[in-house]
Amino acid sequence: MNLIHRVRAIKQLNEDTFLMTIEAPEIADTGKPGQFVNVKCGGPHAYLRRPFSLCRIDRERGTFDIGVQIRGRGTEALSRFCENDPIDIMGPFGNGFSLNREDRRIAVVGGGIGVFPLLQLLREHPASEKLTLLGFRNRNQVVLEESFQNKSDELVVATDDGSYGARGFVTSLLESKLEESPVDRVFICGPALMMKHAVEICKAKSIPCEVSLEERMGCGIGACLGCACKVRLSDDWDYAHVCKDGPVFSGESIVFQE
Amino acid sequence: MENKIDLAVNIAGLSLKNPVIAASGTFGFGREYSAFFDLSRLGGIAVKGLTLLPRKGNPPPRIAETPAGILNSVGLQNPGVHAFIDDEIPFLRRYDTAIIANASGNTVEDYEEMVRILSEADVDAIELNLSCPNVKEGCMAFGSTASGIARVVSRVRKLCKKPLIVKLTPNVTDICELACAAEAAGADALSLINTLLGMAIDAKTRRPILGNVMGGLSGPAVKPVALRMVYQVSKAVKIPVIGMGGISNGTDVVEFLLAGASAVMVGTAGFVNPYAWVQAIEGLEQYMVENNCWSVSELIGGLIL
Ligand SMILES: Cc1cc2nc3c(=O)[nH]c(=O)nc-3n(C[C@H](O)[C@H](O)[C@H](O)COP(=O)(O)O)c2cc1C
Repeated sequence: MNLIHRVRAIKQLNEDTFLMTIEAPEIADTGKPGQFVNVKCGGPHAYLRRPFSLCRIDRERGTFDIGVQIRGRGTEALSRFCENDPIDIMGPFGNGFSLNREDRRIAVVGGGIGVFPLLQLLREHPASEKLTLLGFRNRNQVVLEESFQNKSDELVVATDDGSYGARGFVTSLLESKLEESPVDRVFICGPALMMKHAVEICKAKSIPCEVSLEERMGCGIGACLGCACKVRLSDDWDYAHVCKDGPVFSGESIVFQE
Repeated sequence: MENKIDLAVNIAGLSLKNPVIAASGTFGFGREYSAFFDLSRLGGIAVKGLTLLPRKGNPPPRIAETPAGILNSVGLQNPGVHAFIDDEIPFLRRYDTAIIANASGNTVEDYEEMVRILSEADVDAIELNLSCPNVKEGCMAFGSTASGIARVVSRVRKLCKKPLIVKLTPNVTDICELACAAEAAGADALSLINTLLGMAIDAKTRRPILGNVMGGLSGPAVKPVALRMVYQVSKAVKIPVIGMGGISNGTDVVEFLLAGASAVMVGTAGFVNPYAWVQAIEGLEQYMVENNCWSVSELIGGLIL
C-alpha cells in the first residue's frame, strides 16, 4: 500500500482553519462520506498520526479535501505543509454515514469543525430534500458556507454570540425545524455536548440519527483499542472503537460521557 | 547471496524464522495489519493480553501522545482466552508465524488456570504478563516484587507445557532482581520492558488526559531505558531475553541484539508506520549483509566495551 501522496492545494478558511487538497487516487476512489484518513503530520513533537474526515472528494481528479483547525502539535505541523509537498497518509478508514434511498428528507447538523464530514455526505446522499444546520462560536469561525449552500435545499447558520446568522445553539435550530416538519434521518457531527443534545432531540421525536465521533487514536485501524467509546447494548454496555466500529454510530447507541 | 543469511533464532524451544515479534497489545490478533503485509513474514506475534473472562478495559481517553512516544491506559480489553482460542487461533494459523499467548490474571489461581488452558491450545509459547500498569489487581502486584514473581512463576511452571516467557515491568528499583527471581522459579525466557508508568496533564483544563489518570509510556522515548535494562538483565541471567521498548527500525533491532537480546518485539512504532515490523526485519538483514554477519547469534550480546 502506497502511503505517500501529494498536497495539491491549501486554502485558508479563516485565521486558524484551512482546507488541504491531497492527491491520492486510491483514497478518492474508495473513500465514502464519514470515513477518515490518518495523517502523519510530522514535526518534532507530533509522533502519532492524526485522523481527519473526508470533507470533499473529487474522484475525477483523484483528490480529496480535509478541513484542519490548528489546535495542537499535529495540526500546527500540518499547517506548515506547502503545495506539492509529499505527505504520508493512511486510509480511508472507518465505516462512514448511511446512504439510504428510503431517506427522502434528511437534516445534517454540524458544530464548529464538525461540519467538515457533512459536506461530502450532502454531496453523495440520494435524498431529495436536504436541510443543513451549522453552528459556530462566532462570525470568524464560520467556514464553507457557500459550499454547504450549494448542496442544501435549506441552510441555516447560527453563532453562539449572534455575530452571524441566528443567535444561539444549533441544537435549538434543530428542535424548531423538526417541530415545523420532520425528516427521515439526522446526521450530527460536532462537540460532544452538542451531539448529546441533538441526539436527545431526535430521540424525543423518534427520528433516527447518526453521529460521527472523535477520540484520541493510536493505530487508527482497530489494533490498539485506544479510541474507545461507550455504547449501549440491549441490557448492558460495552466499549466500541471509534476508528473501526465508527466513527459513525447510531445516535441512540452512544452513551455520552457527562 | 542473501539467502545464506540466517535470521532464525531459537528461544528456549521456540523457533522463530527471524527475531522480530509483534509486541502484545499493539497488534491485536493480527487481523488489522494483515491488510498491510503478509503476517508470515514475522518471527512471531504476541497477541493482545488475555484474561480468563472478557474484559471491557478502562474508560477513555486511553491514549495520550507525549514527546516521541505515547501513554496508554487500555487496561487489557480483550475477548477472554476462550474466544481467543475459538476465533483467533484459526485465523492466525493461516500464517507461518509463531503465536505467543500473552496471559494476565488477578490472582495466582487465574494465572494457573490461564496456563492450564493455553498449554492445551495451539499456541507456540506463553508470555506471562506480570507487568501491566493499567489494571488495579494482580499483574503489577505480583510483578513488582521478586517474591511475587517467584510465587506466580513457580506455580504456573508446574502446569506449563509450552515455552514460558515472563514479561517484566520496568517500574521497579532493580529489574535484575526480578529477572533472577523469574529464572530461578523456572521461566524459560524473559521479555522486557513493558510500559513505564507515566502521566499527562492538560494545562488548559487542569485535568489528566487519560481517563484512568495514569498510563504506560512506550515508543522511541523509552528506548534508552529499555536498552539499559536489556543489557543489565541479559548479563544477570542465563535464559534468553526478548528485548523491546521503542524499536522502530533495523538499527534499533541490532542495538537490542548487541545489548544481549536474543529476539525483539516491536509495538508502538507500528501505529505510525504499519510497515515498521517488516522494515525492522529488512533493516536487520541489510545490516547483516553489510557487516558480513551470517547468523543473528553473532550479534546477540556482541556489544564491544
Ligand atoms: C496500546 C498498548 C497496549 C499494550 N497492551 C499490552 C498487553 O496487553 N500485554 C502486554 O504484555 N503488553 C502490552 N503493551 C506493552 C507492549 O507490549 C510493549 O511492552 C511496550 O509497548 C514497549 O514496546 P514499544 O515501545 O515497541 O511499544 C501494550 C502497549 C501499548 C502501546
